[in-house]
Amino acid sequence: MQLDFTQPLDYWWALLPEIILCVFGMIVLIAGVTRSSLEEEDGDPSFSHGAHLGWLALVGVLLAGIANGWLYGVQEVGDTSMIAVDGFRLFANWIFLVAAALTILISFAYVHRQRLQAGEFYSLILLASAGMMFMGGARDLIVIFLGLEVMSIAVYALTAFNRHDRKSAEAGLKYFLLGAFSTGFFLYGIALVYGASGSTNITVIGSSVSEGLASPGLLSVAIALLVIGFGFKVSAVPFHMWTPDVYEGAPAPVTAFMSASVKAAGFVALLRVFLVAFDASYATWYPIMWWLAAITMVGANLMALVQSNVKRMLAYSSIAHGGYLLVAVTAANQSAAAGLLFYLLIYTLMNIGAFAVLIGVARHSEEHMRVEDYSGFGWSRPVLGVVLTIFLLSLAGFPGTGGFIGKIYLLQGAADAELWYLSVILVLTTLISYWYYLRVAWFMWMKDSEAQDQHDLVQAPLPMQLALLATVAFILYTGFFPGVTIDLVNDSVHGLGNISELVPGFME
Amino acid sequence: MTVLLETIGYSNWILHALVWLPVLGVAVVLGTEERKAKTVAFWCSVIVLGLSLGLWWAFDPTISGFQMESTATWIEAWGVNYSLGIDGISLFMVMLTTFSTSLAILGSFNYIRVRERAFYALMLLLEAGVVGVFVATDVFLFYVFFEITLIPMYFIVGVWGGERRIYAAIKFFLYTAFGSLLMLVGILYLFYQTKNILGFPSFAYGDFLGISLTEVEQLWLFAAFALAFSIKVPVFPLHTWLPDAHVEAPTPGSVILAAVLLKMGTYGFVRFLLPLFPLAAQHPVIVATMLMLGLIGIIYTALVAAVQPDAKKLVAYTSVAHMGFVVLGVFALNVNGLQGGLIVMISHGLSTGALFLLLGMLYERRHTRTIEEFGGIARVAPWFATAFVITALASIGVPGTSGFIGEFLALLGTFESHPVIAIFATLGVIFAAYYMLPMVQSVFFNELETPENREVKDLTGREITILAPLCALMIWIGWNPTPFLDRMELSVRAVIERVESAASTPQAFGETTGVYQPEEAD
Repeated sequence: MQLDFTQPLDYWWALLPEIILCVFGMIVLIAGVTRSSLEEEDGDPSFSHGAHLGWLALVGVLLAGIANGWLYGVQEVGDTSMIAVDGFRLFANWIFLVAAALTILISFAYVHRQRLQAGEFYSLILLASAGMMFMGGARDLIVIFLGLEVMSIAVYALTAFNRHDRKSAEAGLKYFLLGAFSTGFFLYGIALVYGASGSTNITVIGSSVSEGLASPGLLSVAIALLVIGFGFKVSAVPFHMWTPDVYEGAPAPVTAFMSASVKAAGFVALLRVFLVAFDASYATWYPIMWWLAAITMVGANLMALVQSNVKRMLAYSSIAHGGYLLVAVTAANQSAAAGLLFYLLIYTLMNIGAFAVLIGVARHSEEHMRVEDYSGFGWSRPVLGVVLTIFLLSLAGFPGTGGFIGKIYLLQGAADAELWYLSVILVLTTLISYWYYLRVAWFMWMKDSEAQDQHDLVQAPLPMQLALLATVAFILYTGFFPGVTIDLVNDSVHGLGNISELVPGFME
Repeated sequence: MTVLLETIGYSNWILHALVWLPVLGVAVVLGTEERKAKTVAFWCSVIVLGLSLGLWWAFDPTISGFQMESTATWIEAWGVNYSLGIDGISLFMVMLTTFSTSLAILGSFNYIRVRERAFYALMLLLEAGVVGVFVATDVFLFYVFFEITLIPMYFIVGVWGGERRIYAAIKFFLYTAFGSLLMLVGILYLFYQTKNILGFPSFAYGDFLGISLTEVEQLWLFAAFALAFSIKVPVFPLHTWLPDAHVEAPTPGSVILAAVLLKMGTYGFVRFLLPLFPLAAQHPVIVATMLMLGLIGIIYTALVAAVQPDAKKLVAYTSVAHMGFVVLGVFALNVNGLQGGLIVMISHGLSTGALFLLLGMLYERRHTRTIEEFGGIARVAPWFATAFVITALASIGVPGTSGFIGEFLALLGTFESHPVIAIFATLGVIFAAYYMLPMVQSVFFNELETPENREVKDLTGREITILAPLCALMIWIGWNPTPFLDRMELSVRAVIERVESAASTPQAFGETTGVYQPEEAD
């Protein structure tokens, strides 16, 4: 099938996955209000009333996934439409869909025991994911902005979702204020880009920048503003201030969701804008990205070192991973872009997986989050212990896990651009990260439990087991047999502008 | 024997079997009952050992490069292959690994009392990783194995170790990881250059050898690789993690650490530093630095060892001293020195492994390792004392033991190129007697005073089974090193020739390998 976007109907086809998600978001919402989800006090969290909504939402994700697979058979004509139908977008969609599905799976127990409004919760996750997919597929700055807002507003609500918890409300407000502020920068950046190049379409901007038609001064300011806007969303240091508090305060499944897919959406859009639209002004933004990457890696890893709360540690760790991904943006070449997609996928899986175990250990409240709460955890719950150890090793980038292959991929991208200093910073900060990831592992395996029955209440209901099984299996699979995934990401970035023509080795 | 091995196609599958059988063993051990785990693990390791013995006959000493090679594509897009091979340098390292793992497992039957299944599974995983390091001929694969060995060792030290086990485990882990991560950047640099020069991505060791690098590049890369391996060896002053790890590790952990994990560092010297960066390896400043560090390691750690009240810590420091001899031998940059270094590696694996086992056995009997608390053990446990004395003599390097052959050759090689350093290093042999003999004296001879020492039992059948082959090998190599030296010779010669040819004609070197001289990077 071919889409040439001369008819509005073609956009319907091109946006099928997003539309399905939005429709299901509304269906779940309506299904949620028809019955009270509070009527069942106890019972199995996997099949209570709230859980039905969760399974319904999963069906929506599955259908969107099928639509996304179908889009692989669709050809687009030209590359100036508002929505791209290319491998890059479709692969990014996989990441968002996987993240949404996993988040829903790990939320069952949490929603049940915290008595959250299941319908609204799951529907917000679907709507946020649709927003992310708009960001990943947009070829127009305005569409990116729309996607950003759809996503952000849903996530603000999700952050503050646990009304019984003050921290959650505080986090929501903080996120909302700072997020709105950063969106202002972003919007102003778009306006200036329009002023400089006369268009909001990324491809058109790209050609006008490369032909030297865009006013360079205005463009530099616009790029700086966009960097700030994106910097907030991907929580790059020094725009990360909101992250630890928000991640710590938000309900744990939401934190998992935010740290994985909100970040992924930010990076996907960032990469497309900078590699396609501002390809020719690489010299302008290269040093900015270089420093942003370096500061993020160093700062986040150092701050993560001193955290004793595991949730907060994972928050800083997610900032650090953002730093590694910024290295790929700085490198801005074929393997870096492919590495970024690969890493985002793996990161989504391992991070949500780690959060899933954290939710289990936290039990009925958000209390058991200290690293001491993991004392002897491995020996009393060996399966969960091994699974969490694998996630930690993968986050640390250890061989045998997808995290290692991902890190090698990013380093290859950096090598192709001859960013040797940045590579060294990346590996040295990885060394720092060993400390805080292994700290959890040593409490788990090398200390004895504080009390005999300390880990008896740890919960891992069926949906969470499914999520853990899927993530662990894929992380090990990509750790040992990454070939298929590497080929897929390699193909996925082909449609993304003419990045291979970039001058490699732009000075250090 | 050779015919038998040929008929079963031994050389086609042996290397894969040595890597993957222990992994299979991990699964089997995890699937058995807790109390049977040790027996199952022991037999797994014995099967692997038995299979590896065939290498002695199947190995063809007339080939200088890799043999028994096999390759399969692993990650096509990056040119990563799962390729294994063995040469005269890695042959004995592989056999040493399978040998010491079996003995270490047998030696831990009484020592490890809790969480046995997990322990033995980790031991087998460690074996697989270490064998993999020695037989990988793809640098990416090598790195994966090199890093994977950290995880089982981290848990072995951290879970079953002594009081300060967590500190020791994390220190061990971070130290080694620091070096190997920088090496990773070096590997990626080589990969990047290989891709540019050859036109296709490849991590193959042979392809890395084929590209020619400028001297500046070689110096940087040498630094990155040397740091990783020097920490692993460990070369003075990067050795501070070793005493902690050795003392805190459970006996089998110490045995494996001393016998094979340290060898991964010196093996890296021989396999990567010299052949890949020949110009850097013979840069006068680098040679002088490495030799001096080796020398300081020998003398300084000997002096430190002499004042240790804890016998296990004493032996731990002797490791650093022995490794100093290896460093001297390697950077003598001649055949004698390199062969001597390799023999020291084997000998140290046997003697230090045996010393740790003996100290473990002593600890099981007396629950202390403080030298002063012992005395006169030889009277109540004569066989124990015999085994200990033989091992101690081999460790010192008395003629007639494996230690002598290795240290003599290493010193001879050093003397050929750097006589002054060799003279000072020879003092190290005397120092070895200075720290080892008083320890032997006060533990086994002196007066039998304390009542606990009267109760010490002699070796059991199991312990004799462990120690007899170790002592026999130490003496056999001491009297008849030729079969060992023969099998190493051509591979060692190839390394030295490669270094020397790069020295005489640095320009022509690039041309003979038929590759284009790359532009200066950065």
